[in-house]
Formats: sequence, C-alpha cells, structure tokens
Amino acid sequence: MRLLTHNMLASNARGAVTGYPLKLQVVKWSTKEVEPNPEFLRGMLPKIDWPALVAATQALGLPELLPEAPPTDAELSAEGAAADEGSALRRLHRALLEIHIEEGALVCPDTDRCFPISRGVPNMLLHEDEVRN
Amino acid sequence: MAGGDSAAVSAVEGRLSELSTNSDEKGLPRRGKSLSGRTLNTAQIQLVASHPEVYEPCDDSFALVDALLSDKAQLLTLKPRLCMEIGCGSGYVITSLAIMLRQLGSGTQYLATDINQHAVETTQATLEAHGVHADVIATDIVSGLEKRLHGLVDVVVVNPPYVPTPEEEIESNGIASSWAGGINGRQVIDRILPAVRELLSERGWLYMIALEDNDPLDICHLMNEKGYASRVLLKRCTEEESLYVLKFWQDASTGTNASHAARSPRSESSWLSQLPFRSLWHKNA
Ligand SMILES: C[S@@+](CC[C@H](N)C(=O)[O-])C[C@H]1O[C@@H](n2cnc3c(N)ncnc32)[C@H](O)[C@@H]1O
Repeated sequence: MRLLTHNMLASNARGAVTGYPLKLQVVKWSTKEVEPNPEFLRGMLPKIDWPALVAATQALGLPELLPEAPPTDAELSAEGAAADEGSALRRLHRALLEIHIEEGALVCPDTDRCFPISRGVPNMLLHEDEVRN
Repeated sequence: MAGGDSAAVSAVEGRLSELSTNSDEKGLPRRGKSLSGRTLNTAQIQLVASHPEVYEPCDDSFALVDALLSDKAQLLTLKPRLCMEIGCGSGYVITSLAIMLRQLGSGTQYLATDINQHAVETTQATLEAHGVHADVIATDIVSGLEKRLHGLVDVVVVNPPYVPTPEEEIESNGIASSWAGGINGRQVIDRILPAVRELLSERGWLYMIALEDNDPLDICHLMNEKGYASRVLLKRCTEEESLYVLKFWQDASTGTNASHAARSPRSESSWLSQLPFRSLWHKNA
C-alpha cells in the first residue's frame, strides 16, 4: 500500500467519528521508483489531505521529505521539476507513489481499532458486531 | 415508474446491430494461446497466482477482460487517473487492465479490493508476477474508501458474485462467497452499485458483468434512474450461462428528471424506444 491509498482510507469501526486519518505504524517499507507524471500529481494534489500525508511521512521517519504546506501549482509545473530529485514535484511523487508500506498497521484515531498491514495489504475487514451503523 | 420502459431503453444505448456483432465470438482466438496481440495486452494465465479458496479466472473473467480490450482505445483517451476493481479474486482482471493501459505510466493508478483475505494476497502475487502495481485492500466492497474517494474514480470494473443462491450462502467465508449472489444473484450487486455511484467521477465509467438471471435490463433501469446511461459491450453465451458486460457512464440526459429529454424524438435511442425492447433483449440472449 502506498501513501496515496493511506490518504484515502478511513476506519469504519463502530465508535469512529471520522475514522480519519488512520495512524500509520510501520514495521517494514520499501521504495520502488517509477517515472513521475506531473499531470497526475497536479490533478491529485487538491484531493490530498496534506496534514495526513505529512503525518504519514513522519511515521515513516522521513520528516524532511515534505514541507509543512503543500506545494503550489507553479512549483509543480516548474520547468525541469520532474528531473530534479529535490523538487517539490519529485518529493510529492515519492511520498504518494514510490513508498510502499509492506508490514505494519493502521490505527483508527477514534477507537484505536488496529487494522494490520501484511505483505503490503491492509486488512480493513470488520466483524459484523464491529461495523459502524 | 415514470417513463416506464422507454426510459430504460434510452439507457441501453447499444444498438441491436452491435449486440449481434459483439456477441459473435467466432473470430476470437482462445485465451492462453500466445502469438495474438491479446496476450501482450492481458495477464498471462500461467503467471496468475492461485489458491484453493480463490476464484480462478473463468469465462466471466475473460469476458470482462475482452470487453475492456475492445474499449482499450477509449480508455487510453479517457486517461483515467484512478482505476479500481471491486472483488479482484485472482487479480487477473486488474492486472490485465494495468497491462493494457501501461503506456499511461504513473498517470494512472490502480486499486483493488476483495472481501476474501486469500484473494487479496493472490491478487498481490499476480500483479507482482506481471511487474505492475495496484494497491490492494481487504475490505467489504469499498468500505473505508467511500468518503475520501468520493467522485474520484474514473474506471471501476466488477465481476461480482452473481450466481442465484440462497441468501445465507453470501455470508459463507472462502470460495462460496466468490459466486454466491443471493436472491436472483442480485444481493451483492445491489450493494455494489450505490457504492460505485459514490466513487465514480463525473466522467467515470463502470464495467460490470451480469448474468441473464440477474435481469440486466433492470440493472440498467436502476442505473438510469440515477443518471447513468448504459450499453451492452459484450454478450457471451456458454453452456451454463449468458453473460453480459455492461458499461455505465453518467449522462445528463438520463435520470428521472430527464425523462422528457430521453423521449425527445432525436437520437437512435428514441428510435429504439419504440421497439418492444424487453422481448428483443431476450431474443438476443
Ligand atoms: C466472480 S469472482 C471474480 C474474481 C475476479 N475479479 C475475476 O474476474 O476472475 C467475485 C469476487 O468478489 C469477491 N467478493 C464477494 N463479495 C465481496 C464483497 N462484499 N466485497 C468485496 N469483494 C467481494 C469474491 O471474494 C470474489 O473474489
């Protein structure tokens, strides 16, 4: 699971208010490089919950990866941004799409219900009596 | 219901000629044979992972992938940002989609869900074997994603559990839940459709398998009331079943508020609306 998906996932456990963002506990993660696509990143950024993404990179022990405030459209469109490893575009790309959580857990912020991540797959399944009505 | 059958008919935009050409399967090579362009465009059967508790790629899976292939050019033009499969099973379909759209690179991202723990692991293995990636999540339909992914998904593909069974069978764990669809095979489908409507973007498309027993016309009808047009992309008859691949998209001129537009004497769909469609549908099956 990448942080893009973490950013889109909430807990539906009974007692959850928003169930979002899920606290990330990481045991093992990896990086897989892919070619950045500026258009995708520009289109996706407005949909990203920035504080949740920053918190996730902090949980990974990468406090330097992202700035406190989201990059501007101009930064993402800057010429040469895709080729420059330190650019705002490349950092966003790395955070959203290149980091893979392999083992760990997602914890509901409201109920502390723990959803394990095993072999890259989060298990959000709830028992019938745990599901929010 | 206001609009009656004419509304449903306008929803099913597929022309009869299309129905008959699309259901002609003779020209198609059988899967698994290499050489054809198709194998380069889909997951390879020998690389698809398996597990005794996970649905193996079957006629329905192949029909869905063939329908996606037939729409490949449109999909490439759409440039979907997010694609999602609900009920990914072995991973054959989502892997094939990712391979088909490979040239879109990281501009297209994939998500896949399944309620079966073994299925998500099998899907993960199938994706890896083909060198493509989707984020796979074990969850009930799209539970946990509905809020944040609202209106963001451009392509949804579903080969649902559609076999008519007693209601209890849906609840069973493991392999039975891959096909058990409850009454008329509609019980899981009818939970999936509203969830999909929440996630689909305005320009989004849903591709879904349905069986004759599921009453595909009724499914189109229901979606039409919610503003979705539809068409039959592919029809395939096997010894046991008649399969349809239905495609849905949002259309301003459909829906309950637009029954007037649907009846305007303009398009071929209104030409179609004058025909006794229900019986034609069955005749073509
Ligand atoms: C007919 S199989 C299709 C598998 C695969 N997509 C294919 O085409 O070969 C249906 C799949 O849906 C899954 N499924 C059933 N109910 C589900 C639910 N409520 N939420 C998510 N997946 C579900 C089953 O576990 C099974 O893998």
